[in-house]
Amino acid sequence: MSARRPFRWHIVVFLAPAVLIYTAIMILPLFGTLNLSLMAREGGERVFVGLRNFGVLFGDPRWSASFWNALGNNAWFFLVHMLVQNPIGVALAALLSSPRLRMAAFYRTAIFIPTILSFVVVGFVWKLILSPIWGIAPGMLDAVGLRWLFAPWLGREETALTTLALISVWQFVGIPMMLIYAALLSIPDEVIEAAEMDGITGWSQFWKIKLPLILPAIGIISVLTFVGNFNAFDLIYVSQGALAGPNGATDILGTFLYRTFFGFQLQLGDPHMGATIATAMFGIILVGVCLYLFAIQTRLRRYQF
Amino acid sequence: MAARRPLARSIAAHAVLILYTLIALFPVFVIVINSFKSRRAIFAEPLALPTADSFDLVGYRTVLAQGDFVLYFQNSMIVTLVSLFLVLLFGAMAAFALSEYRFRGNSLVGLYLALGIMIPIRLGTVAILQLMVASGLVNTLTALILVYTAQGLPLAVFILSEFMRGVSDDLKNAGRIDGLSEYRIFFRLVLPLVRPAMATVAVFTMIPIWNDLWFPLILAPSEATKTLTLGSQVFIGQFVTNWNAVLAALSLAILPVLVLYLIFSRQLIRGITAGAVK
Repeated sequence: MSARRPFRWHIVVFLAPAVLIYTAIMILPLFGTLNLSLMAREGGERVFVGLRNFGVLFGDPRWSASFWNALGNNAWFFLVHMLVQNPIGVALAALLSSPRLRMAAFYRTAIFIPTILSFVVVGFVWKLILSPIWGIAPGMLDAVGLRWLFAPWLGREETALTTLALISVWQFVGIPMMLIYAALLSIPDEVIEAAEMDGITGWSQFWKIKLPLILPAIGIISVLTFVGNFNAFDLIYVSQGALAGPNGATDILGTFLYRTFFGFQLQLGDPHMGATIATAMFGIILVGVCLYLFAIQTRLRRYQF
Repeated sequence: MAARRPLARSIAAHAVLILYTLIALFPVFVIVINSFKSRRAIFAEPLALPTADSFDLVGYRTVLAQGDFVLYFQNSMIVTLVSLFLVLLFGAMAAFALSEYRFRGNSLVGLYLALGIMIPIRLGTVAILQLMVASGLVNTLTALILVYTAQGLPLAVFILSEFMRGVSDDLKNAGRIDGLSEYRIFFRLVLPLVRPAMATVAVFTMIPIWNDLWFPLILAPSEATKTLTLGSQVFIGQFVTNWNAVLAALSLAILPVLVLYLIFSRQLIRGITAGAVK
């Protein structure tokens, strides 16, 4: 800044409220949590124990079994989203962006509706629909002759997690759809016309021309999915409770953090182990985001029009 | 189009889209129609529309008598609207400072604020709760408002500063020559011009706040401060065998959001695709 100019107070005034609130409520607590994870309560005193809590979390069988179980479930939860939600989102966006499609606005609006609903609504709605007592799902399967397929999916250890992941996919498929749709619309007409001149249309046009151009958008969606999934909690809590039953089969890091921090039934809450789990989640998310930023994003080819 | 059979292709596209639209809407539809039926009809004919025979509002009566849904709704409205206002105001101010002025540390502050887009605020919950306990804000709506404001700011600053870079310099300089202060330039000239971007930010900020269960559960679970999301979760947990009440409570939670969404959906979609169509 040049010394001649008077100090520009208005810059400070414009920035201060946002920076202060953000720092006080978001950044400082984040560091506070990292700090708490290095402490433990011993004989009523809070003492610094270094990385011992992490040793307990990863190695002590009382903790590590739950932790690795939650991490594995969370990885599967994420994988289902990547394999189901994002391809469906891309396919819907590709259909919606086809030229001269009528009622595109209606489809867009309707398919996005589940995304605006709260987890509480989504969790209970699907719980009721899949419930063997009410019989909507078995009744509908019966109508198409697939009655034998039905099982209390949410109540079985083998199927509960996948079912919940698919419910979450149902809820959030609108987000990849919208972002990819926007990316597809931003491809200039000249590129498409040039492709058509060369006789590349339909499917091969999508695979050879459009898909490479929307890869950066798909990359961003993958990161958003990753952060959202490794931070998920609400849907599992609403439909399976804090214990994430049956028998911990749907336990993910968010529910594990909640149980540890606040306690449940006879187990008392433990802020230090809670902070340790939050820090581990922070590490996982940080590694994932960095991996994307440095390994994938820099290699994605970008095209300028 | 050079496609060989454009008609067949378009029929196929519609078929897939209609199928998916049905998948998206069917569960909501089932819940809402059954909330208007008697208990017997809910189980006998779950997919039928309510008829004069099966029409029954007993679920809604139970909900309104048992749960304090008016209060919950009011709490949700206060929290969402106040947080939204603060996010938009503070976010726009910071975005203006970052996009308009060159000063030392500009990109550093921008990067610092953008960190929060990738790192979820939930990870700081342990310390946030301690902070709120220490400042006596537990079980107040203020605690929720502060948290949601902090949560919404990063994305708001990021999106709004992108848009504000596009506001013409000539206009702002004309204002300066006319003797407007920097504050007036911001409030009178720039803010009205970025209104579409503000609407986008508003929708993206509003949905997660309205639907959040985590922070109301942890920071403000008392009866007087329950939000609609937490209130319906608790209510449904207690009335789990009263199907009429559960279905009515779910419908009451769905309808306000649905109405708001249908009003703003044009704005939302325009906002999401703004970068593309401009």
